[in-house]
Amino acid sequence: MARKGRKALVHKDECVACGCCEKVCPRSAIRVILGIVAAVDLKRCIGCGKCQRECPAAAIVMMEAEA
Amino acid sequence: MKRRWNDGLWIVSLLYLVLGFFNILFAWLGLLCFFIPLIIAATRGSKAYCNRYCGRGQLFALLGGRFGLSRRADMPRWMKSRWFRYGFLIFFLSMFFSMLWNTYMVFAGSRQLQQVVTLLWSFRLPWHWAYPQDSVAPWVAQFSFGFYSVMLTSTLLGIATMILYKPRSWCVYCPMGTMTQLICKAKNAKQMQKNIE
Repeated sequence: MARKGRKALVHKDECVACGCCEKVCPRSAIRVILGIVAAVDLKRCIGCGKCQRECPAAAIVMMEAEA
Repeated sequence: MKRRWNDGLWIVSLLYLVLGFFNILFAWLGLLCFFIPLIIAATRGSKAYCNRYCGRGQLFALLGGRFGLSRRADMPRWMKSRWFRYGFLIFFLSMFFSMLWNTYMVFAGSRQLQQVVTLLWSFRLPWHWAYPQDSVAPWVAQFSFGFYSVMLTSTLLGIATMILYKPRSWCVYCPMGTMTQLICKAKNAKQMQKNIE
């Protein structure tokens, strides 16, 4: 269930840009930028946490944030 | 989510391993998995191969995800570190060049064709049934055995980390992924800087 204010955040140093997060995001809110790192569109992110569970590098955390 | 043609590329990866069991010369096709990601990264500056077309990644996602063969645990920190990722890339490339050297030795006639598949760079498995005798030059066959060894070894490592950690844990230390990310970093450094600003 989406929680208000809960957003995905990518640790840039740990992201390997594999794109696993892109595939599971129901809102297409996360995508790999320039083959370097995944970035979250905070306006679209509903904080479901699917990307966090999928990320093999555990580079995504969920945190309270304003869209 | 809408299904796309490239979602079924895991079948190609699986087929590759199966075909190599029957005829080792199919191993040459594996070069596509080497060149396509590098060409995409160098020309388009993206990791589209990893993101959309990697059949091996899809296979791990399927086995570990849908078939539930993964513990879905986080990888240990050292395995995600740059030291390990770049170290594994260097090790992998050295093994790759040693395989090319072996191929050259057979080409030059200094060594005989070894009809074996070497797993984890150590264990030599007989594989002679997959080689149609004298159908090609010995060095062509030697490259096939060497390259299939690389592909099978990396698949086994990927399956091991898929079971222990998350389905696509291989992607974290995949040498091709590390290399394409490095190429993208070099190619897109300025643009990335602009994005951050």
